[in-house]
Amino acid sequence: MSAPSGGGASRDGYGSALLKLASNPNIVVLEADLGKSTKSCHFRSEYPDRTFSLGIAEQNMMLVAAGLASSGKIPMASTFAIFTERGFEQVRNGIARPCLKVHICGSHGGIHTGSDGSSAQSIEDLAIYRTLPNMTIIHPADDISAEELTMQVVQLEGPSYMRTIRNKVSRSYTNETKNNLKIGKGNLLKEGDDVVIISCGVMVSKSIEASNILKKEGINAAVIDMHTIKPLDEVLIDVWSKRCGCIVTAEDHSIIGGLGSAVAEHNSRNNLVPVEMVGVKDIFGESGDSEELLEKMSMSTLDIVKAAKKSVSRK
Amino acid sequence: MPFNMDITELEEMALRCRINIIRMIHEAQSGHPGGSLSAIDMIVGLYGTVLNINPSDTNWEDRDRFIMSKGHASPAVYSILYEFDIINEQDFMSFRKLGSVCQGHVDMKWTDGVDFSAGSLGMGLSFGLGCSLAAKLDNSNRRIWVMIGDGETQEGQLWEAIMAANFHSSNNLKLIIDRNQIQNDDFVSKQMEVGNLSSKIESFGWDVREIDGHNMNEICDAINWANNGSEGPMAIIANTIKGKGVSYMENNPSFHGKAPNDEEFQIAMEELS
Repeated sequence: MSAPSGGGASRDGYGSALLKLASNPNIVVLEADLGKSTKSCHFRSEYPDRTFSLGIAEQNMMLVAAGLASSGKIPMASTFAIFTERGFEQVRNGIARPCLKVHICGSHGGIHTGSDGSSAQSIEDLAIYRTLPNMTIIHPADDISAEELTMQVVQLEGPSYMRTIRNKVSRSYTNETKNNLKIGKGNLLKEGDDVVIISCGVMVSKSIEASNILKKEGINAAVIDMHTIKPLDEVLIDVWSKRCGCIVTAEDHSIIGGLGSAVAEHNSRNNLVPVEMVGVKDIFGESGDSEELLEKMSMSTLDIVKAAKKSVSRK
Repeated sequence: MPFNMDITELEEMALRCRINIIRMIHEAQSGHPGGSLSAIDMIVGLYGTVLNINPSDTNWEDRDRFIMSKGHASPAVYSILYEFDIINEQDFMSFRKLGSVCQGHVDMKWTDGVDFSAGSLGMGLSFGLGCSLAAKLDNSNRRIWVMIGDGETQEGQLWEAIMAANFHSSNNLKLIIDRNQIQNDDFVSKQMEVGNLSSKIESFGWDVREIDGHNMNEICDAINWANNGSEGPMAIIANTIKGKGVSYMENNPSFHGKAPNDEEFQIAMEELS
């Protein structure tokens, strides 16, 4: 299965990875009524005996996954990002605390989810899961990287949370460059000396666009896809913050607790350079087209450009 | 290997467990005696008869599982693990102390022979359902036993799991409810009465049997019934007395989560001797 040539939604990459992983008989898929949306439906069609429907009951699903993991299975449990949060304490006490290898996928993350409106737009999932010991937190940029990172996630020694996206975005990866991806290691997509843009999810392709605009104005921006929010690739941040002298973070997530916070926390302990954050500024979204919403909420490509200039000016 | 102990042996074991429950809670000056004493007869009945475990290989993957969802009643679990030589006296006498393998609430990461990290009510049956689905995928006959409290049935997640277990025809899943009528703050009837649990659970498609949870004959009969059932999920509602065996703790909500002082400890030891 491949995503349309015009671009790819990361949820499609998750769905295609599940099919590729199916050769491992221990892989099992758990659904809470939203398999058609999270794209686990393709696995269900091919492997119904290893797909468990738990109904609209996410708290139960999290612990069923934990029980399966304790018995040697590798559960891949998905629902909307926002509804995984309903089972947060279940994830905390039932999965993260005993460090069971349960892999949760929350699809439809962020404002980019669009027209369903604020109830469906999780803007805090990365923040809350980041607080849990043992958890690996991943947010891929496109379908190709989502597929690759999902393939890798099952090798982890503990649980993970991956946030995927509903809508297509311009691809940041090809079938060749996906080989540069490794969980826990940020991926440098563009070199530059003036400012480093550290981004994740749908903001990665926008960060590349922003760097192209900045280039025309004489500012060389490096771009990093920080697909793994935790553990954070602090070494890569150190190298590029030192070289560029200032940072911009870009995420479709609250600037409280997400990638921006993680980078700022690290920065405050080490090389103090200016950090400007592009993200959701402590407000809820609303219904609308993805791009219109990002623009309204100051998260467009031009907002990244503006933030880069401001960060440079603060050096 | 099931242990097939007889009623007298089981009753004697339950008495030793009661003594050790009180000893470890008194030593820690912290813990939950009431729900440990109400649950222990069922736990002894289960471990002493049909539960298929290997005490010298607690991680044996085809073992039956015992999932203690009411994780605060951990002294009951530690007392039975001691009876089966899985932990030693020093282990349980360090209960709740820094570095002890016997954590405040049962924890699979800390204690050999513990299958679930509990402490937050309402989660154990869901975990058991996961173990049940895994056993079926493995074509294994292993049984999954889950114990919950009656106050715990106030948790919505429990009913999600009850519904799901029937949908998935989990005939290897066995639920024991310790119906001791008391929860943390007060009697269940005063906090939020849970009503006729038998008919409620039956209405979800389960087979249910109700017993006296301190009568070892009834316990063994019910455990056998559940162990041999193959139609769908099965539940035993054990009517019990919170604090059973220690007069001043019996039916006394204040001993849900309070340790006996030295004087109370002496009285308990005399009553249990």
